[in-house]
Amino acid sequence: MVALSVAVLLAAALVYTSFSASTETREPSQLIGAASGISYDMTGKVVTGSVRHEGDDLSFTVADRDDPSQSIPVTYSGTIPDPFRGGREIILTGEVKDGVFLGERDTLITKCPSKFTTESPTANDS
Amino acid sequence: MTASVGGAALALAFCVAIFAAVAALAGRRGAHRWIDLSRRAVYALCALLTLCVVLIEIAFAGNDFSLEIVQQHSSIDTPAFYKLGAMWSSQEGSLLLWAWVLSIASSAALYATRTKLREVVPYATAVMAGIAAFFTGLMLFAGGVNPFTTVTSVPVDGLGLNPLLQHPSMMIHPPMLYSGYVAFTIPFAFAIGALAARRLDATWIRSTRRFALIAWAFLGLGLLLGARWSYTELGWGGYWAWDPVENAALMPWLIGTAFLHSIMVQEKRGMLKVWNVSLIVAAFGLALLGTFLVRSGVLESIHAFGDSTVGPYILGLIAVVLIGSTALIVSRLDDLRSEKRIDSLASREAVFLVNNLLLVALCATIFWGTFFPLISELFTGEKASLAAPWFDRYTTPLAVLLVLFTGVGPLLAWRRVSWASAKRVFLVPAIVGALVAIALALSTDAADSPWALVLFAFAAFSLTGLAQEFWRGASARRSLSGGSMPAALLAITSRNRRRYGGYIVHAGIAVLLVGIAASSSFQTNRDVTLRPGESAVVDGRTVTYVRPTVKTDPEALTFGAVVRVEQDGELVATLHPSRRFFRPSGVQGGTISGFFDGEATSEVGLKAGPGSDLWIAVQPDVSVVRKRGRDADQGFGACVRNAPGSPPGCKVVSGLMRAAAVDPRLRPTALAQIESLQTATAERIAGSYVEDAPPATFRVIVDPLVTWIWIGGLLALTGALIAIWPTRGRRRSPGAISELEALKEAKYREIRDAELDHAAGKLSDEDFALLDAELRNEAVEILDREPV
Repeated sequence: MVALSVAVLLAAALVYTSFSASTETREPSQLIGAASGISYDMTGKVVTGSVRHEGDDLSFTVADRDDPSQSIPVTYSGTIPDPFRGGREIILTGEVKDGVFLGERDTLITKCPSKFTTESPTANDS
Repeated sequence: MTASVGGAALALAFCVAIFAAVAALAGRRGAHRWIDLSRRAVYALCALLTLCVVLIEIAFAGNDFSLEIVQQHSSIDTPAFYKLGAMWSSQEGSLLLWAWVLSIASSAALYATRTKLREVVPYATAVMAGIAAFFTGLMLFAGGVNPFTTVTSVPVDGLGLNPLLQHPSMMIHPPMLYSGYVAFTIPFAFAIGALAARRLDATWIRSTRRFALIAWAFLGLGLLLGARWSYTELGWGGYWAWDPVENAALMPWLIGTAFLHSIMVQEKRGMLKVWNVSLIVAAFGLALLGTFLVRSGVLESIHAFGDSTVGPYILGLIAVVLIGSTALIVSRLDDLRSEKRIDSLASREAVFLVNNLLLVALCATIFWGTFFPLISELFTGEKASLAAPWFDRYTTPLAVLLVLFTGVGPLLAWRRVSWASAKRVFLVPAIVGALVAIALALSTDAADSPWALVLFAFAAFSLTGLAQEFWRGASARRSLSGGSMPAALLAITSRNRRRYGGYIVHAGIAVLLVGIAASSSFQTNRDVTLRPGESAVVDGRTVTYVRPTVKTDPEALTFGAVVRVEQDGELVATLHPSRRFFRPSGVQGGTISGFFDGEATSEVGLKAGPGSDLWIAVQPDVSVVRKRGRDADQGFGACVRNAPGSPPGCKVVSGLMRAAAVDPRLRPTALAQIESLQTATAERIAGSYVEDAPPATFRVIVDPLVTWIWIGGLLALTGALIAIWPTRGRRRSPGAISELEALKEAKYREIRDAELDHAAGKLSDEDFALLDAELRNEAVEILDREPV
């Protein structure tokens, strides 16, 4: 009985906090013109050739995974994961300001370019 | 040749697996011939899949690029060691690995039970063979995942293995995780067998307990290796990120931990039967889910392996497993009633129940967080994800409580413990725990993080309690048979492997969680940008960028730094963090700038120590070098065309190109010539980096007690190994032990355990007298059942 009520309480807390603590995941096309002040997780593909280092800052463009024409400029500073480069898929937390996506420090995640993907650039070349 | 033999072996393996399942079901009423036949079919399946794996490995070793798997994941230059591991970096190869490991584990399980569990084995065989048939069938029929697929035109060289994966732990990590996932199949299959045959006493557990422990150990090792790889290789300094694929491996491990505890309650007390079968079904379902997540791309993860053809099939299997098992459990509820009730809340079984609830709550929390993106999409239409802080908020208190119970459980005896007994075992550990908490709060800033402080106190309590167990056990032994303390420790451990192996696991987990708590709560993490010669102070340590370095080797161009670290005027360490830019491979007609745009990996400078780790990664600014590379490419193009004003050497190059245009046979020579020229230029440009190095960004992390994560993990695995190791001397030919005898032996062991607990002071004289009488009565009951 005690265990059950604890379980119910825990479950309720989980449900409640997860909806309030979560950040919504968006693709660049959904972020163009988004209001500032709201934190989003952005997922998309780094446009090849768009990566620029300026001191500690990194700027690049991210496009929708399936539609390269929909893209948004991004600035970011912090850790850059090893696999990061043009053509890779990333996840970045941040907000939109004046049409630019400002990445939160150290939130850049680059997906492992594992050979399981069907999109590895070398495979396309061959 | 390889392809046709391998393809045939795979197809045959599929047929044999189907046959094994059918034959096993034909023998379910006890027809020995069919049962033996099905067991041998499983052995044959194992032989066939071994042949497949050997053929693939030979193809990798011999650069047989006619096989697509080799062409896609290896190249002539791939180091031999990585060629052998390249198999499981591919989708088809990892499916083959799954099926192969399953066939080995199934064969071992069926060999171990060949004269036991007559009613259960046929169903268990059918389940194992059925799952093997599923995975071999997947390779054959799902499309695009047959490891023996050939390419139409055989290339000279393959595409090579991704350099990020070229790390020793990446070669071991996936097969360890897979072995862990797969090994859960065995207890699952026997649980289903026991349910189907209505043989729901503890015999199925005794026969497969070891496999559950092996699964747990493999999964744990896989997790540990993954964490270590992330810490030393990925250049962000963390070891855990609550990434969906990490979580997917952690969840079955947690449920497996719960299962390993609760089956003891069933073994000793005949309770928690529904719970146990549900746990193993959940563990196996989660193991399949882990396999599926890696392959599906439904969640955003670092491990993005892209959409694939096999995902939906695995999801289908999970659905069949869950629905089928639930239906079976519900239909057998009458047979799953507990034989007894819990005597007292102050008993080991009660603590195990609490620990089970904690572990399941932990798993449920992680499950919810991991799948939240799908849940929120269902309810709100928006994919939303939860970040590390959310996970930390819930997992921290649960982990803190678990640390407490790693100590409480071993200190309590089975059935019931009186206040007098409890006082005797809890007094010293509780005092030590309290003292440690006070000392830490006063002398360090540990109180800044209350959860961490509580965890340290609980860990001190648990470790003292465990040490006390060893100490008292060994003392009791010495008073009986003399000898030195170390000899007595060794003797009690080797005579009671499950008990003391388990205690070592507990100590390891407590140490590991201390490492996690300290390193996550008290980490100093700073990014500093320095020019050569400049220094910065991080957490009392002076970090000086002494000079830039460049190294060229056949695989990569490496830009690094020599970093001197001093504390209180004394040299602590000289570290060499660097970043390796892998050379473009397998692509002809490359560019010079391509040398600086390729795949890059961080080599971390690490000074590990028992107190804290100093971790430094460097982000060299290679933009200047890149620019020079692009300029050189332009110049090189002009040179090849022999444009006016080109240096004299260009004549030779352009001459070669013109000759190659006339005579195609000269083309390879000309291209090789150009490639070697480009390489030399790239290396010269790389060398220019040290002459006027731009400022580099360093990430400096001071991570307290992080080393204890690895030490604790290894300690836990050692404990598991001790518990898995078969007890010598007791090993008779399995045929000699009837089920009744096994039952008798289990009861004797319980009596011995109680005696040990009494000798070690865990049970007071009154408690022991009561328990001993009870156990002896139960033993007599069993003896009465014996046919004369």
